Amino acid sequence: MKYLDEYRQAGAVHRLADELHRITRGDWTLMEVCGGQTQAIVKFGIDGLLPPSVHLLHGPGCPVCVTPVEILDQALAIASMPEVTFCSFGDMLRVPGSGGDLLSARSRGGDVRIVYSPLDALELARRTPGRQVVFFAVGFETTAPANAMAVHLAKREGVTNFSILVAQVLVPPALLAILGSPGNRVQGFLAAGHVCAIMGWEEYPPIAARYRVPIVVTGFEPLDILQGVTMCVRQLEEGRYEVENQYARAVRLEGNSEARRILEEVFEIVPRKWRGIGSIPDSGLGLAPAYREFDASTRFDTGDIRAEEDPECRSGLVLQGRLLPRECPEFGRRCTPERPLGAPMVSSEGACAAYFRYRRREDSIARETR
Amino acid sequence: MSDDVQGPLCPSPFDGEDIQLAHGGGGRRMHHLLRDLVLPILGDTTTSGRHDGAVLDVGGRLAFTTDSFVVHPLFFPGGDIGSLAVNGTVNDLAMCGARPRYLGLSMILEEGFPLCELRRVVESLARAAREADVRFVTGDTKVVERGRGHGLYLNTSGVGVVTHELQIEPRSVRAGDCILVSGDLGRHGIAVMAAREGLELETTLESDCAPLHRPVLDLLDAGIEIHCLRDLTRGGLASALIEIAEDSGTTLTIEEEHLKVLPDVQGACELLGFDPLYVANEGRFVLMVPERDADAALAIMRRHPVSSGGQRVGRVSTDDPGLVILKTRIGSARVVDMLSGEQLPRIC
Repeated sequence: MKYLDEYRQAGAVHRLADELHRITRGDWTLMEVCGGQTQAIVKFGIDGLLPPSVHLLHGPGCPVCVTPVEILDQALAIASMPEVTFCSFGDMLRVPGSGGDLLSARSRGGDVRIVYSPLDALELARRTPGRQVVFFAVGFETTAPANAMAVHLAKREGVTNFSILVAQVLVPPALLAILGSPGNRVQGFLAAGHVCAIMGWEEYPPIAARYRVPIVVTGFEPLDILQGVTMCVRQLEEGRYEVENQYARAVRLEGNSEARRILEEVFEIVPRKWRGIGSIPDSGLGLAPAYREFDASTRFDTGDIRAEEDPECRSGLVLQGRLLPRECPEFGRRCTPERPLGAPMVSSEGACAAYFRYRRREDSIARETR
Repeated sequence: MSDDVQGPLCPSPFDGEDIQLAHGGGGRRMHHLLRDLVLPILGDTTTSGRHDGAVLDVGGRLAFTTDSFVVHPLFFPGGDIGSLAVNGTVNDLAMCGARPRYLGLSMILEEGFPLCELRRVVESLARAAREADVRFVTGDTKVVERGRGHGLYLNTSGVGVVTHELQIEPRSVRAGDCILVSGDLGRHGIAVMAAREGLELETTLESDCAPLHRPVLDLLDAGIEIHCLRDLTRGGLASALIEIAEDSGTTLTIEEEHLKVLPDVQGACELLGFDPLYVANEGRFVLMVPERDADAALAIMRRHPVSSGGQRVGRVSTDDPGLVILKTRIGSARVVDMLSGEQLPRIC
């Protein structure tokens, strides 16, 4: 896997950082959308390589973080049912709902399993016809096609004991919500590379034109991110607001047509509440009418949902780039990865988790950075 | 190494049979299980016939350790619960600078566990013990009801002899010490994960499970002033370093470009969202030595296959007591923090 090393080469990284310093004149605020990009920035210290007048805000691109508490509470209720095998990506297991998390549901006797793909959950359903197998379908557009495929196959084969609990969200509406909110400081975006690998970037030119913000589809390695920032800043310096593709090795304009086809067949666009942010119109995916029999939220009676959030949790502000994790008064005090108040402290793509893991000692890091 | 093991006669009377509760009852069936399957494979285990304990002459300061093994699946590329159980305890003794001598073995078997699998495990225990030059001298067998045991759990306790005079512990670590690692990282955790989850990677990654006492004893014999030793197990290099940094009150700074990770391990980690720094190893150790001993230590380590990948990875200071800092390949730095719980595979 040598290509990874090529995109992390110190020499190339520093040459690009030098070029960025050379072309930067103004004071610019950019936002990277994807949680994976946030992780890379914090982990590799890329923000420390930028000119002081270029600021990076962390966006809401962490699907675990934005899954609404209501849906998490539904998941907890379903996972506790004796006839259910509840399958999820590992990352969701520690996110706090109103009455604990999925890990504690497992320790209380719930059959909760980590899977790597929804197709693993479907296979489990085929092998255990006496159990109800539910898959927690969380994610942005990146994970949606596999979830769509699982449901499509379930319907085709008549695997009636399979269902999914849908918490899929879409990126472009989130950008619109951020740009449309009063007090928005974001002047340019690094769009999520893997989302665009699926969807392409056809949805972004109208956004760029309407709000006059450059949008650069960006990858995840240090070199990718630096290049994406440089392309964005260059546009801002030149007064342009176009959509460019930095991640050309993985992303085409039209995206992955097979994936988009299955998405359109199995899902439809629905309103979705984003944890910490509120309801964003047309920002989620739900099962289309032909596939609604596989919707776990209607198949199971989950009773009254409490949907309680800790009032001290400021994850909404963090997810919108309004607050840095270390500026939150509870950061590292009442809120830690062991006892998170909200999702961003516990998700592997969460900004709070990234800062807690890598940045608690800024002075030591500054001293060691060349 | 002479083979003093007499295996059971073929075909074995146990093939096709499963563990019954009676095998743990202390009566005739347990007696037959030990006499005809377990003890012949483990070799000459008793110093004074069947007895509650073993009385041993160790002739020196004693190192003593115990460890339990609950790994699943029981068999994985490069090892199994048996080889783990021997090498895990041998390595804990090695990390005290002791020569491992004797092991005790405790087995908790689940009703219904196939005896042919038990034989495989016991053969692996015997083989690993021969390779590490240790003997089983005492043991215990229990059987629990079906559904209460996940097949097999093992515990091994071990004693070894300490002949050096050093205080090998975090408190001996000093500013200016060199941090050395004996090889590449993350093989065991990824091998087990791949086997457990049925992940089909392009090549079969094998666990690095192996005994570590020979290079350690050679280092001591050569007069290397070892300040601290730790074998890398669950939690990987990161966890070992964090514990040492906290217990010693020093700062451990490591350089990412000096950490060796096999491309297959790196690839699997990238796929799953794991950090190789935190992935389990079973045949690697880290040590801190004064700078003046570092080159000699590496030369000695590299003469042994198990530590042929020995490498300088960092340095000790006292700038930030209790902290582990990683300097990345691209020149930035970050704190290496303790994981809460296990690493969970990524979503997207």
